[in-house]
Amino acid sequence: MANYSTNEFKGGLKVMLDGDPCSIVDNEFVKPGKGQAFNRVKLRNLKTGRVWERTFRSGESLESADVMDRDMEYLYNDGEFFHFMEPETFEQHQADAKAVGDAAKWLKEQDICVVTLYNGSPLAVTPPNHVILEITDTDPGVRGDTAQGGTKPATLSTGAVVKVPLFLEIGETIKVDTRTAEYLGRAKED
Amino acid sequence: MSDISLWQPTAPLDNLRRRATLLADIRRFFSERQVLEMEVPILSRRATSDPHIDSITADCSGAPAFLATSPEFGLKRLLAAGMGDCYYLGKAFRNGEAGGRHNPEFTMLEWYRVGWDDHRLMIEVGEFLSWVLNISRVCSYSYRALFLKFVDIDPHRASLEELKAVVARVLELSFEPADRDECLDLLMSHHIEPNMDLSGERGITLVYDFPASQAALARVEHDELGAPVARRFEAYVAGMELANGYWELTDATEQQRRFEADQKYRVEHGKSVNPYEERLVEALAAGMPACAGVALGVDRLLMLACGAERIDEVIAFPIERA
Repeated sequence: MANYSTNEFKGGLKVMLDGDPCSIVDNEFVKPGKGQAFNRVKLRNLKTGRVWERTFRSGESLESADVMDRDMEYLYNDGEFFHFMEPETFEQHQADAKAVGDAAKWLKEQDICVVTLYNGSPLAVTPPNHVILEITDTDPGVRGDTAQGGTKPATLSTGAVVKVPLFLEIGETIKVDTRTAEYLGRAKED
Repeated sequence: MSDISLWQPTAPLDNLRRRATLLADIRRFFSERQVLEMEVPILSRRATSDPHIDSITADCSGAPAFLATSPEFGLKRLLAAGMGDCYYLGKAFRNGEAGGRHNPEFTMLEWYRVGWDDHRLMIEVGEFLSWVLNISRVCSYSYRALFLKFVDIDPHRASLEELKAVVARVLELSFEPADRDECLDLLMSHHIEPNMDLSGERGITLVYDFPASQAALARVEHDELGAPVARRFEAYVAGMELANGYWELTDATEQQRRFEADQKYRVEHGKSVNPYEERLVEALAAGMPACAGVALGVDRLLMLACGAERIDEVIAFPIERA
């Protein structure tokens, strides 16, 4: 694997630190006029999501991490693993619940997700920013009450629970922002 | 990719206009005080010997030459020749220094006052910065007082182990600090400097009496508690280092010894070793008048004047576009 020196560190670079793959968030060169040069680096641990701040001596280097992001189609969950497929090569990957994490509640079959591979295996899954899902459970709708702005919880086909306007009914499909769990609107009828 | 805009300056044109007025203001400040502008070589056959500063090497007429890391040696030779109060305003170069507050090529102001000591010059640095930045609050602390205030440790007396413990408390490092100075540099640059404006109000902070081990070309004397300290000071504004000054070393023998110690450090740490300026030693031996001098980063001063966060907002073409 290649090594990167502190002067090559920049946002998005994937490196190994303490045995874990990390993504560099920020790299600040710090040098007192008459003193030694350091690099103050912020890194996100791709396994835990935690952001570290660590100071290096300028010129130190880190090993690159074999990490890449791939667009993949979500196929199905067999009860233990989530299965994804690369649309061009049809190569399939299985991800465990730990790698999928919170993304699980947004995964709908055939949606295109970003799967982060580490040494060829799924490390993390990022759902599409916007998903269209069916309401499978919610309190009965209140017709005509569109102006008041009240909300109620609704359970979606994937298990996610989001707040929706009072007028929505079971069986309707809605568009949701997966980053905020925010209701964006009714899905347009195809 | 938007590579098509790489011909353009990184700095807004208004900041570059501000640079023009700042340079004119600086020259007026010194003209009114009868301090003369001097030109000294930017290209020299001698390099810096500073342990932590690297010269850029050029090829001149088939032999190595070095871009000046500061105008110090040239100005001191002029002082020894009897020039009197003088300054340099122009470019200096430091290899490998690039980042939010660094560009390998930068603009430096350096001036000397004959007969003054560090404390007298600190007053003038405060006046200069107050005038340029329109800030009235000036605080000064000894290096010791600052460390006592921020990390509750005496930087001149604490052992390496004690310093390492403080560093471990406030910072996460990828390495074990090698010596006391590395610990002190880490604490100063990462912990103290960013938090220097204690009241939250922007002020000028002057720090004096640095550790003797960080004397560079300043005199070393004993402070009121008997610790050897460098008669060296630094100026900071908004958590940013702006200027470094000395009550200048005039002892040729001591100068020679420090050059040799610096070279030894560079050899031991695998750094480039270049010829040092023995003509400075000759100038001191011939008799340089007692004086104080200070070097100030003009680009950073301009950052403060423009409210810029990064140095590339005040330099038209930083190294990535130069």
